[in-house]
Amino acid sequence: MNRSSMQQNKRLQRRHRADRRFKYYGMAAIAFALSFLAFFFVDIIGKALPAFEQAYIQVPINYNGEVKDNYNKAIPRSYRYLVSRSYLRSLPQKLEKYPELLGTTEQTWVLASYRVDQYIKGHKGHGLKSKYRPHVEEMLQNKKIELRFNKQFFTHGDSKMAETAGVLAAAIGSILTLLITMAVSVPIGVMTAIYLEEFAGDNRFTQAIEVNINNLAAIPSILYGLLGLAIFINIVGVPRSSALAGGLTLALMTLPVIIITTRAALRSIPDSIRDAAYGLGASNLQTVWHHVLPLAFPGILTGSIIGLAQAMGETAPLLIVGMMAYIPEAPSGIFDATTVLPAQIYTWSSESIRAFEERTAAGIIVLLTVLLSLNALAVWLRNRTQKTW
Amino acid sequence: MQHTMKRFDEEMIELKEHVLSMGGLVERAIGHAVKAMLNQDEKLALKTIERDRAINALEVQCDEMTRDILVRRQPAAGDLRFLLAIMKVVTDLERIGDLAASIAKGMIQSEESPPRNFSNLDTMGEKVQKQVQRALDAFSRSDADLAMSVIQKDVKIDKLYKRMYRELLTYMMEDARNITSSIILSDAAKHLERISAHATNIAEMVIYMEYGHDIRHVDHEAATKILEGKED
Amino acid sequence: MTSKNISIRDLKLWYKDSQALHGVDLEISHNKVTAFIGPSGCGKSTLLRCLNRMNDRIPNCRIEGDILLDGKNIYDTDIDVVQLRTRVGMVFQKPNPFPKTIYENIAYAPRIHGLVSDGAKMDELVEYSLTRAGLWNEVKDKLQEPGTALSGGQQQRLCIARTIAVKPEIILMDEPCSALDPIATAKIEELIDELKKEFTIIIVTHSMQQAARVSDNTAFFYMGKLIEFGETRDIFTKPSQKQTEDYITGRFG
Repeated sequence: MNRSSMQQNKRLQRRHRADRRFKYYGMAAIAFALSFLAFFFVDIIGKALPAFEQAYIQVPINYNGEVKDNYNKAIPRSYRYLVSRSYLRSLPQKLEKYPELLGTTEQTWVLASYRVDQYIKGHKGHGLKSKYRPHVEEMLQNKKIELRFNKQFFTHGDSKMAETAGVLAAAIGSILTLLITMAVSVPIGVMTAIYLEEFAGDNRFTQAIEVNINNLAAIPSILYGLLGLAIFINIVGVPRSSALAGGLTLALMTLPVIIITTRAALRSIPDSIRDAAYGLGASNLQTVWHHVLPLAFPGILTGSIIGLAQAMGETAPLLIVGMMAYIPEAPSGIFDATTVLPAQIYTWSSESIRAFEERTAAGIIVLLTVLLSLNALAVWLRNRTQKTW
Repeated sequence: MQHTMKRFDEEMIELKEHVLSMGGLVERAIGHAVKAMLNQDEKLALKTIERDRAINALEVQCDEMTRDILVRRQPAAGDLRFLLAIMKVVTDLERIGDLAASIAKGMIQSEESPPRNFSNLDTMGEKVQKQVQRALDAFSRSDADLAMSVIQKDVKIDKLYKRMYRELLTYMMEDARNITSSIILSDAAKHLERISAHATNIAEMVIYMEYGHDIRHVDHEAATKILEGKED
Repeated sequence: MTSKNISIRDLKLWYKDSQALHGVDLEISHNKVTAFIGPSGCGKSTLLRCLNRMNDRIPNCRIEGDILLDGKNIYDTDIDVVQLRTRVGMVFQKPNPFPKTIYENIAYAPRIHGLVSDGAKMDELVEYSLTRAGLWNEVKDKLQEPGTALSGGQQQRLCIARTIAVKPEIILMDEPCSALDPIATAKIEELIDELKKEFTIIIVTHSMQQAARVSDNTAFFYMGKLIEFGETRDIFTKPSQKQTEDYITGRFG
């Protein structure tokens, strides 16, 4: 008796140890994944933070008569190189608008050039010529150069001058594109799924359709770009790089996902509800519309939002459709050429100027924030609209 | 075919065996009671009266077992008819036992003035004992034909009783000293006639068990017709 | 002669290639409770679902034979299934109230069939149906609460009330008490006894005791065939078929 209970004990210990080992393996795997995530966030945020601050410099501005023809004359030569060209360019218009400024001089804070900005942020490759450095150092000490919040990032579109480059155009472009994607893919997708799930019979034809939809969901997104190029741009004549072209292409890509998630939501409704409705003499349409859809709505909503979040982060198909061009202005309509956030990030990442590096990171942060918010919205909405039966 | 619940089968078999044991005791009691009367054997008479207690105890036990099966097994169809029949059979057997004991008591009473002529008491006793035996056989084998013949033969027992009664009347009218013993004898004959009636009851229950038709209190010719219809 | 009975004539049914019902002939009596009993897979639920054509919803299900309701075959091409189901209602094994308010549960069907307009008349119908189902007193103060918040027994009575609201002639019940506790079951059985005065009821049940308690006539099925049909009292005391006897006494199934 004793020996067997000792053996039992040993076995028991071994089993417990195996249990614990497995638990530790699991925890190690999670820690490993999390460490990558942490590294990513630390790296990106570290790179992006500087972008949210921009250098401003206090200089004397002389609104003299020569400014109309040559804006460079408004400012002493020693400062010209240090100030943002975009600001200087705006002077003639300002003078036209406020003619009373003619002849006056003022000391104002203006946006500094990206070279100054990068220099005082201490980044290598800042591009500030060495002969200007002592002057900048001196101004910095005299508090005539300071870092302020970079509102340009949010109020301007892309620009060749790094100090004024922002995500506005790309953001609006993304929103317009997404709206079109939503307007096209959600109604078509949901109705297709409803038809396939509730109305169509179960035969070879519908089975073939189901297999094909599943395949479509797995196709590399860049192929949708080629499809969009061929159909929408070449055949239908939609303007290249427009929100419409991008939206339609992404709609094609999101359609299979929405169909599949909607079908899953419909399937999750137990048949007992349908039985009850049919048993009372409801028609097919009435059963679906009054009973199944309301219950499936949370699932459909969640699926749609996730599909759309996926679409928002897509770059490859949109690049094919042309959205990597340099578009400084926000689009005013769906037919205007535009760019989207991921494309903007890609464009900035290929720039040689050092200042764009932090903007790339900042753009990534913006995109991530939007995506995470969309997913959080999906979860919240699903929890709120969930009904138990 | 067996019940899915084997215990059920075992309980039914046990119950039937108890009823048949009770039947055995009852058959023996009839034989002994009549013998005691014929041979004026007081010892046998007393033993017979004593043994009636065993029969009563078996009645209580069988009823208990029946109740148990009814409550726990919710029997239906054939099983239900079997149990309902047994309840009545057990009551009839207990009555028969009592009647046999009464015959034995009569013997003891007749000690003071033993009868000289027992008339047809032994014949009747044999016939009645056979009736009871056949009724119990019919029950044991679920033999409806045998049960039917028991029912039909009851008429003959009635006739036998009436003949005995008339005979005893003449004895009583002949000689007043015969009255006491004649009365005791006619009582014994009455008891035997009642025993036969109970045997008939048992046979009627066998038919209920088999066919689900309750033919008690029914004209037996009509009963035969009903059963013939059933057998098609 | 128009009798408001159901006549099932030589009914056969196939699921794909497998035959589930083999030529069933049966007459259901008006305003009586008929029970379908038999072991699992014997076809009793399948037959029940033919009576309101719920089997139409199953693909690859083929039917031969007739089911006559008031003399008219319910499988004729000019019969509207949606209409049929207002005459033949169904209560299911697991209570399945809609995830709507109690009031809405009852009001839904009469509304879509245009039987009653919303307002006072609908309120009356809801009250009547709930009273008839023995549920009014328990829910009259909470008609706007969800039907799914009720107990199992109450939910099933709600489903019965919902079925009654369209004033059917026949109510089909597919093991209505199998998910309920004994007291809830007893209430439903009591209800069936009341309802049979107004409706013809057919109940499929696994419990023989329930069939014995509740029904006037009983049909015993085995392997897709009708083995025996008769008055409940006879079936349970002296069935004429050995198979029936064996099933009822627990010798198989």
